[in-house]
Amino acid sequence: MDVLYFAWVRERIGHPKDRVETRAATVRDLVEELRAREDRYAAAFADLSALRVAVDQELSDFDAPLGDAREVAFFPPMTGG
Amino acid sequence: MQQEPFDLGTEASAFAARQAGMGAVVTFTGIVRDVEGALDAMEIEHYPGMTEKALAGIAEEAMRRWQVGDVLILHRYGRLTADDLIMMVATASRHRADAFQAAEFLMDYLKSRAPFWKKEVTDAGESWVAARDEDEDALSRW
Repeated sequence: MDVLYFAWVRERIGHPKDRVETRAATVRDLVEELRAREDRYAAAFADLSALRVAVDQELSDFDAPLGDAREVAFFPPMTGG
Repeated sequence: MQQEPFDLGTEASAFAARQAGMGAVVTFTGIVRDVEGALDAMEIEHYPGMTEKALAGIAEEAMRRWQVGDVLILHRYGRLTADDLIMMVATASRHRADAFQAAEFLMDYLKSRAPFWKKEVTDAGESWVAARDEDEDALSRW
């Protein structure tokens, strides 16, 4: 699946997108796998309360099942308008 | 969504002109503020794909809740500077109460449910604009 990062999450990780092969059952499981990659991932995902997640471009939550999701995005709370 | 500037008068007039049987048009415009007098730029990032879906969903919800005949949402992204227009919404209705309320609803949801992020660039450096609790709380009134 594609994992996308926006705003300071993207900056902290250093790139906007990863292509990930995973069997993670939930978003939280995927986060654990990403955290284990490198320090900069661990730093970006240190505080999940500061993050929001979208699964296949719909706002979701960290306990949501991934099913056959094709795109998961992590970002800070949105500041539109 | 667009990177280019837009002209408020042109957009508002065109929106009003294409309405039939609507007695009220309400518009709201957001402008880049330079509160400290130190802003070099406001950079707006968005999530292509999700943004379009989120905005369409918010517009549909407004049209479901109020008697509005038409809705316009324009939102810029990229590098803006002080006093640039960031975004606008317009609503058209037979009566003003629905047009005003739908516009407020659109703004509240755009603030915290549409995937945009703002970064302020000043001489002192760059910082992402933090979401405010009030913006999240504002959703509870709908």
